[in-house]
Amino acid sequence: MAAQTSHLGKVKKGKDVIALDVIAYAFCGFIALICLVPFLMILAGSFSSETAILNNGFSILPQDFSMEAYKTVFKDPMVVVRAYATTIGLTICGTLLGLALQTMTAYVLVRQEFEWRNVFSFFFYFTTLFSGGLVPYYLLIRQTLGLTDSYLAMLLPLMFSVYNLLIMKSYIRSIPDSLIDAAKIDGCGEFRTLIQVVVPLIKPALATVGLFIALAYWNDWYNAMLYINTKEKWPLQYFLYQQINNIEGYKKMLASGVSGSVVSSVSLPTQTLKMALTIVVTGPIVLAYPFVQKYFVQGITIGAVKG
Amino acid sequence: MTGKVKQKSGVKGFFKKVYKYRAFLLMLLPGVLYTLIFAYYPMTGIVLAFKKYTYAGGIWGSKWNGFENFKFFFQSGQAGLVTRNTVLYNIAFIVINTVTQIAVAILLTEIHNKHFRKVSQSIMFLPYFISWVIVGVMAFNIFSSDYGFMNRLITAFGGEPIAFYTTPKAWPFILMFFNLWKGVGYGSVMYLAAIMGIDTSIYEAAQIDGANVFQRIFKVTIPMIMPTTITLFLLSVGGIFKGNFDMFYNLVGNNGLLYNYTDVIDTLAFRALVTNQNFGASAAIGLFQSVLCFITVLVVNKLVGLYDRDYSLF
Repeated sequence: MAAQTSHLGKVKKGKDVIALDVIAYAFCGFIALICLVPFLMILAGSFSSETAILNNGFSILPQDFSMEAYKTVFKDPMVVVRAYATTIGLTICGTLLGLALQTMTAYVLVRQEFEWRNVFSFFFYFTTLFSGGLVPYYLLIRQTLGLTDSYLAMLLPLMFSVYNLLIMKSYIRSIPDSLIDAAKIDGCGEFRTLIQVVVPLIKPALATVGLFIALAYWNDWYNAMLYINTKEKWPLQYFLYQQINNIEGYKKMLASGVSGSVVSSVSLPTQTLKMALTIVVTGPIVLAYPFVQKYFVQGITIGAVKG
Repeated sequence: MTGKVKQKSGVKGFFKKVYKYRAFLLMLLPGVLYTLIFAYYPMTGIVLAFKKYTYAGGIWGSKWNGFENFKFFFQSGQAGLVTRNTVLYNIAFIVINTVTQIAVAILLTEIHNKHFRKVSQSIMFLPYFISWVIVGVMAFNIFSSDYGFMNRLITAFGGEPIAFYTTPKAWPFILMFFNLWKGVGYGSVMYLAAIMGIDTSIYEAAQIDGANVFQRIFKVTIPMIMPTTITLFLLSVGGIFKGNFDMFYNLVGNNGLLYNYTDVIDTLAFRALVTNQNFGASAAIGLFQSVLCFITVLVVNKLVGLYDRDYSLF
C-alpha cells in the first residue's frame, strides 16, 4: 500500500495525499513526543541541582547540571542492590516456572486426541469470568498458605495467567500434527514429544510469553505491598514506591549510612533524589527495551486473534 | 462428547480413559492444582461477604450476619459513587483509547519514512513497559503545584497556577491522559496487525474507482478492521466494572480530598481491607463487583453473538 502511493506520488502527489502525509507525520510525531516527555523530565530532574528544581520546577532539560542526586543514591547503594537482587531473582524463577507450567498446560489443551480438552479449557477460562475478589485471595495467601513475608507470596500470584495460556495455545496449535504424530510413531512419550519436538519449534512463543511473565514480575509492587512486611525483602518497584512516598525517611537512612560522620539529612536533596532513584530503578528496563520490543509486538498480535 | 462415552461404559470406561490419558492428565496436574488453589478456592471465600469476620473464626468459623456488610456499603452512599466512577472512567477510557489507537495505527501505516515510523512507534510503546509506580512519579513531575511542569507552562502563559492535588475536578482528565499515555502504543499494535491483514487488492480496486486517500481510510480500512475493533471493544466492555487499581492507587494514592472524583470499586475494596481491616465489607464490595463483571460479560457476549456469531468470544 505504501509503495503504491509513493509510486503515484512520483508522478504528481494529489492534494489529498499531501494532506494525509502532513496529518500522519504531525499526529504520530506529536503522540510520540508526548510519550517521551515524562521520561525526559525524570532524566533531566535527576541531573539538575536541587535549588534549581526548588526555584524553577521540573523541566525537560537539566537545570544547573549536577550529579549530587546520584551521589546521594549511591551513598548507600546496598539497599538498591538488594532490591534489584530480589526483583531479578523473582523474575527469573517466576518466568521459568511460569513458562514450564504454561507450556505443559497449553500443549495438552491443543492435542486433538485428548477428548477432555474442552472441559479443561473451560475450567481455566472460567477463572477469567468470575473471581473471588481481593479478600478471599488475601486470606488465602496470608492465612491458609501462611505466606506473609515470604518470597513465595510474590512468586506464586503471577506465575500462571489464562491470557498467556491462550497465546501459548495458539502458537502450539500452529505446529503441524504430522510432526507430533511422527514423534509418536518413533516411540516418544508425551513428555519427550513436548520437550524434543514441540519446545524447539515454539522458541518465539517462549520468548514472547516469557517476556510477558518477566515484565509482570519486574513491575510488580502490589503483592509486596499486600504481603511483605520486611523492608529487606521489598522488590524494586515497591522499594521505589516506599522511598518516593517517604522520602524523608529515605534521606535519614542515607544520612546515617555515611560511616562515622553525622550528616544531617536536611542537607540532602529531595526532589532530585526522587528522580535519580527512579532513573536507577527504570534505566535497565528502558535500555533492554529495544531488544525485546518485537517479541511483545508478536505476542499482542497473537493475543488479538481470539484464543 | 465425553458424556456419551461415559453413559455407555460407566465408571469403568471413565477410569479406562483416565489411564489412557494419564500422561496428559499428569501434565495438566500442576496447572489444574494452581488454578484450584489460586482461583477456585478463593471463590468459596465469597461467603465472607455474608459473615462478620473474626481472625479466630477465619472464613468458615466466623458468624453469619446476613446482609450487614452490604448495608454498610450501600447505605453509606459509597456503592453508588464508586460504581458510577468506575463505569464512567471505563467508558471514557474505552472511547478515548479506541479512537486514538485506531488513528495512530492508520496514520502510522501512512508514514512512508521507515525510520520515522519505527522510531515513533517504539517511543509510543515505551510507556507500556514501566510500572505505574514510575508513572506516579511522572504525574508528580507534571502536576505538582510547587514544582510541576504544568504550572510552569500555565504561569508562562500568564495564567494562575492550579493546585492539582487538591482539585478533584482536574483528575478525570489527568487519569484519562495517563491511561491513554500508557496504552496508546500497546493498543495500536493490534489495530496495526489488523490493517496489515487487509487484502491489498481492495485498495487497488478503491483506487481504480477513484477514491481519494481519505475515502480509502473511511470506506476500506475502518470497515475492514471492524471485527478486531468489536472484539477488543467487547473485551473492554466486559471489564467495565473493574477499576485499574494499579493506576488509581499510584496516581491518587490515599489523597482523600480527591475521592469523590477518583474512588473506584477496587480502591474502596482495598481501603476497606487494608486500611480499615473490615474484611466483611471489603468482601461484600468484591462480590458485588465480581457479580456485575460476570453478568456484563455474559450479556455483552450474548448481544454480540446475536449481531454476528463469528464475533462473539464463546
